[in-house]
Amino acid sequence: MKAASNLQGVLDSGQFAVTAEIGPPKGANPEVLRKHARNMKGYADAFNLTDNQTAVVRLSSWAASLVCLQEGVEPVMQMACRDRNRIAIQSDALGASALGVRNVLCLTGDHQIFGNQKEAKNVYDLDSIQELMVLRSMRDEGKTWGGDTLDSAPQLYLGAVENPFGDPFEFRVPRLAKKVAAGADFIQTQSIYDMERFETFMDQVRERGLDRKVHILAGVLPLKSAKAALYMKNKVSGMSVPDEIIDRMKNAADPKAEGIKLCVETIEHLKQVKGVHGVHIMAVAWEEKVPEIVREAGLHPRPVMMEPEH
Amino acid sequence: MIIAEQKPLNEVIEMLEGHSRVLVVGCRSCVAVCLAGGEKEAGILAESLRLHSDLKGKEWEVEEVTLERVCEKEWVRGMDSDIEGKDVVLSLACGVGAQVIHELYPGMFVVPGVNTISMGAPEEQGIYLEKCGGCGDCVLHLTGGVCPVARCSKSLMNGPCGGSQNGKCEIDPDTPCGWDQIYRSLKELNRLDLMETAIPPKNWRPSRSGGPRKTVRKEAVQTDEEKKIRGASP
Amino acid sequence: MRIIGFVCRDSALVAAEQAGAMGRSIPSSATLVEMPCTGRVDAVHILRAFREGADAVFVAGCLEGNCRYQYGNIEARKRVTLTKSQLQAAGLEPERLEMFNLASNQEWRFEEIVKEMVSRVEKLGPNPIGKVKT
Repeated sequence: MKAASNLQGVLDSGQFAVTAEIGPPKGANPEVLRKHARNMKGYADAFNLTDNQTAVVRLSSWAASLVCLQEGVEPVMQMACRDRNRIAIQSDALGASALGVRNVLCLTGDHQIFGNQKEAKNVYDLDSIQELMVLRSMRDEGKTWGGDTLDSAPQLYLGAVENPFGDPFEFRVPRLAKKVAAGADFIQTQSIYDMERFETFMDQVRERGLDRKVHILAGVLPLKSAKAALYMKNKVSGMSVPDEIIDRMKNAADPKAEGIKLCVETIEHLKQVKGVHGVHIMAVAWEEKVPEIVREAGLHPRPVMMEPEH
Repeated sequence: MIIAEQKPLNEVIEMLEGHSRVLVVGCRSCVAVCLAGGEKEAGILAESLRLHSDLKGKEWEVEEVTLERVCEKEWVRGMDSDIEGKDVVLSLACGVGAQVIHELYPGMFVVPGVNTISMGAPEEQGIYLEKCGGCGDCVLHLTGGVCPVARCSKSLMNGPCGGSQNGKCEIDPDTPCGWDQIYRSLKELNRLDLMETAIPPKNWRPSRSGGPRKTVRKEAVQTDEEKKIRGASP
Repeated sequence: MRIIGFVCRDSALVAAEQAGAMGRSIPSSATLVEMPCTGRVDAVHILRAFREGADAVFVAGCLEGNCRYQYGNIEARKRVTLTKSQLQAAGLEPERLEMFNLASNQEWRFEEIVKEMVSRVEKLGPNPIGKVKT
């Protein structure tokens, strides 16, 4: 089967993939986005455009994906269930595919209480697993969830997220299995600092043979300071940051350099973990560091399996 | 039962501006149990309003009455004499009761003295928790007797999101994660297999999304003929 | 000046009688309402007292832990707290209402309580309801 996207091409060919995150701006000016895209071009196989992450209003993920396409880099459009019902989800998926956005990441979305619109009414018509079911049925059966035949099915490469550090821990891998069964082609994980727990998670993944059914991209997030590490530990939901990481950041002469070093070491380690098929770099508000991280981790140059069409 | 919470007195006073003959209506059902709008609360609120009126020279006349169940027309009809001469009803019944009063006394201005919160149960004295989302399509048999619609902050149907940690929901450390509770319950029931079964997109039509819901129990509905013979009230 | 005191008959009332017997100078503006326990004091009683023109109201019960009915004085304190917020919203200073705890042999404490309420009224002025009503 012909790959729907460059990311799919890289993963299906068995190469170690790299994706990176770009946070759309809090405003209507796309220039920041273009700058990031140009700067990072060639350093990842596809770029995630977050969808009003932490429920803070930002330029929409589909529009940001389109800007990326215009810059010749491949987007992964994130699509949270928080803000759209199944009508909007299906419609946005058709629109995305029509314009050349092929990678779609299905996720529940952070609760609005974290954002700058706490009084919003959330949607959650679907959860992320149901979102996968719906989009897969559009792609594979050419049908809307309501049963109508589409005159042309969307071309999609479907992703989902998993947090190995959420609880109950024993349910994390079964939940991943549910996502795979629902249609996930690739998985991006929450950022990993607690390697021990992640390895236990991966043991369970391999035990169930899930690593042969889905491509897992392990998440990394470079830390800027000990304060940032503490924030991750205490304020970001579903995060596990071991004390030794915090201490290492605290004792560093140059915390920023240490953060990058730590991130690169983490990637080196992840490359050795069986069943991990790539990394997902979330350099939140630090996107300019992505090329350095990718180079240092020995993951540059990137293979080009497909040029984004636009 | 229905859980409600009394509105702050200053908000109540604001709503009553422009009126002067007030009937405070309490309800002995749910709102009495959750200490929001029973006889006691109606008495305290009425007295507070009288005090306010006297302090500000407003010359309000405030009376109070507490009915058995304000959501049933049969009980509400009984307050004809109480409502006589009033120009506003301050309802301490839930939103349902307030509307039934309005329906029976269409010319009467009805203002809500409580915020109707949820369908829940007393957890302990003074603490009430929402338990049921009223979705019209119950899945408790699949979720270990714990409602995901009401007790998961995102009403997820397929397990906890990534924000579940140490049994708590991501929205705040005092809120238990609904899916953590479901997981524990199913584990105890030895039915964790249910956690692995994907629940497809839910039919929300029986929920609020289908518009105001009407429930008809055919065998209880009287025909026009029966109504005539039995003299049933409309 | 009119001060209404809802007093527990096991503690505050005994202390009041004792204070009288010992010749302590209790301001005459205080009218006491004997209660079997301050737990019997209702928010409505307090509100009614203010509506009838009281300049201040106090509730005086046993020391916490000493209630004959175990938690009556604790319940009373909760109600007083709640009623203070009602008073404020209705338009009256919440300082006009207070809850005290004392033992039956603390007649000096009873004198202090009444004087405390008198000084509060002196500071706040009379209950404005008197002016409105007449």
